[in-house]
Amino acid sequence: MEYAIALVLLAALVAVVVTRPLLRREEPVARDDARREELEAAKEAKYREIRDAELDHRMGKLSDEDWRRVDRELRAEAIEILRKLDGLAEEEPLH
Amino acid sequence: MSGLGSACLVIGLLTAVYAAGASVYGALSGKRRFVVSGRRAIYCLAGLLVVATVVLQSAFLRSDFSYRLVAEGSSTDTPTFYKVTAMWATQDGSLLLWALLLSLFSSAVLFLTRRRLREIAPWATAVLGLVAAFFLLLMVGWENPFSQLASPPAEGAGLNPLLRHPAMMIHPPMLYTGYVGFSIPFAFAIGALVTRRTGADWIRATRRFALVAWTFLGTGIMLGALWSYTELGWGGYWAWDPVENASLMPWLTGTAFLHSIMVQEKRGMLRIWNVSLIIATFGLALTGTFLVRSGILDSIHAFGASTIGVQFLVFIGVVVLGSTALLYSRVPHLRSEARLDSLLSREAFFLLNNLVLVVLCVVVFWGTFFPLISEAFTGTEASVGPPWFNRLITPLALVLVLLAGIGPMLSWRRISPGSLRRVFLVPLCAMAGTLVLLLALTDAAEHPTALAMFCLVAFVLAVVGQELWRGASARRVITGDPWPRALIQLVGRNRRRYGGYIVHAGIAVLFLGVAASSSFVEQRDVRLAPGESTTVGGYDITYREATARLGGDRDGTGAPIAFGAVLDVRKDGKHFRLTPTRNFYPANSAGPISRFFEGEATSEVDVRWGLRRDLWLAVRPDVAALGPIARGLDDRLAGAGGDRQARAVAALAEIYRRDPPPAAFRALVSPLVAWIWIGGAIVLLGALIAAWPSPEARLRRVTSLYAARLGRELSQA
Repeated sequence: MEYAIALVLLAALVAVVVTRPLLRREEPVARDDARREELEAAKEAKYREIRDAELDHRMGKLSDEDWRRVDRELRAEAIEILRKLDGLAEEEPLH
Repeated sequence: MSGLGSACLVIGLLTAVYAAGASVYGALSGKRRFVVSGRRAIYCLAGLLVVATVVLQSAFLRSDFSYRLVAEGSSTDTPTFYKVTAMWATQDGSLLLWALLLSLFSSAVLFLTRRRLREIAPWATAVLGLVAAFFLLLMVGWENPFSQLASPPAEGAGLNPLLRHPAMMIHPPMLYTGYVGFSIPFAFAIGALVTRRTGADWIRATRRFALVAWTFLGTGIMLGALWSYTELGWGGYWAWDPVENASLMPWLTGTAFLHSIMVQEKRGMLRIWNVSLIIATFGLALTGTFLVRSGILDSIHAFGASTIGVQFLVFIGVVVLGSTALLYSRVPHLRSEARLDSLLSREAFFLLNNLVLVVLCVVVFWGTFFPLISEAFTGTEASVGPPWFNRLITPLALVLVLLAGIGPMLSWRRISPGSLRRVFLVPLCAMAGTLVLLLALTDAAEHPTALAMFCLVAFVLAVVGQELWRGASARRVITGDPWPRALIQLVGRNRRRYGGYIVHAGIAVLFLGVAASSSFVEQRDVRLAPGESTTVGGYDITYREATARLGGDRDGTGAPIAFGAVLDVRKDGKHFRLTPTRNFYPANSAGPISRFFEGEATSEVDVRWGLRRDLWLAVRPDVAALGPIARGLDDRLAGAGGDRQARAVAALAEIYRRDPPPAAFRALVSPLVAWIWIGGAIVLLGALIAAWPSPEARLRRVTSLYAARLGRELSQA
């Protein structure tokens, strides 16, 4: 008896919780959300790389010449990511 | 209340299946509200399993022997701590623990990613839901932790005496947290493959979960080794036992995964490696659970007698084969964006590191499963013991420690050739200096592999010290901070980097302890009567007197009787005492007096811990002479009250104490073994530093600074 009552009550409780979102209106989703997340992750990783390279240079692992070359490459890659992010922002309609 | 527990499992199973279904439907149809519903179902699952666990734990604490699990694994005189932890000493209880941890971790990661990874998260939810459903199905269908006994006994069987050790009871939750934690990156990796979103964003979302899982798994492994050292009475901490290997394998591939994802985050490389590694890690985590719970370790024939072995095997097959097939179908989307710029780069050495870790895992896997495979085909179990493992693992371990030193010295993409001398000089000098000192002052040359390890440990510690020194110095040039502040700021602002370096230092220290204690240990097995002495490792050990104690055992294990010894130890003018004992637990099927002397017994060793060496002592008292006397008393006192029986047991114990026969002793002097535990603690510290989140404000400030700088430079171009 306890088992049956618990089954019914728990099932009802779970049903209430999981069906509430189904009763709402569908949310409008920004286009290219996934692409934006990818680019944001890439941007943060690139910034970390720039900082790491700077620290490596200060610690003597990279010569001045090598560091300038690496830093230039990394910043170019970072700029490209920022451009792509800006491009996504331009494509989204204004709300 | 057992009805409530069982109902939680059944509704939990249906909820987990719904979570998977709703998430997949939401992902395919684009109806986001179904994805939200699926996520909420995982939250509900966590709630249900918390309730189920509370119901079961309360049964253990109340000693409610109508629960089969409680009757089999606990007793009224089991100490409270062991009553709480007895749940996961059983198969059913450990399945519940697995499912509980999975639901909690899943809820946490889905909550944290509820506004991100909108394409990947629904598929990850589905995977997590299906894994949870598998464990719930095992419980509902075959191993219900809430099953009731028709005739509850008056007293339970008690917890296995070998498990009455704090390390051993914390060990399973640690291991399971590790196993479960790796299910998170696995689920998101599958989501990334399904949606073809194979960039680094799924790694960013799950990296911390992977690191936490790795840390817990490593801690669980260390606790198991500590238990082995202090409880099993043989004096060692690692025996290449299949149960130990089962936990080591996912830790090895998990270590490779943690290194490898850094390369993908920074360079977009090793994508196939990363997905393969997390599939392997999760598959090995399931295999580890399967090995311990299926009965297959006793014998391949015992496997058939297990109620869940076949189901586990099928599930592991589906997970591994299905994931591999999906990976294969997505290979074009996993091509690297970049190439290796130089072999003298951190990413090149990470790749080499991965290879070594994977080979280590393959060796352990082969050594673990070959006996089972040979038994299946030939009927006889081939033996693969520690000598085989040590022969293959030792050189690989040396290479691994070497790489742990070289990696931090290199930079990403390339290191300037002119900088090589500068960065390698001090560590190489430290290594050479260590070699010279050890050759001149010790007999380490007689153990070449240990000598090599000592030198490599010095190399790694010098590398880490140099990295901290140079980094803090560089910071001081800019900020003018005093040394302590510069060091703290350096580590605080580069937690992943320096947390990782501290982990490397911890691993090196751990290997120092392993190399020294395994190569230079001195052991003496001897029988001594009171008054007799022996010598081991420079210690003079004299057996002074026997001990017999009823109740109140010093380790709180609930053992009713313990026999032991008092030993005087002298070395270099110092004098101290050690008191190893052997706990005796009553047998269920014996007379009222003899049961106290014929049940299981466990060693409670005594250790003189030290940074330079441990003196470890175990005793095996000879109580055989008490057996006939006790059996004679069984008949006379069968109907007597508990007081009379207790006095009889006490009298027998006193007979032993006053006139003990010679006892067997094992004495070990293990150099530097304490550094294994210290190294493990350093690894834990490093992992915590690496995993500690940076405040969002700080991250935004840094990125905005760089954004402004980039903007300035763009405008100057």
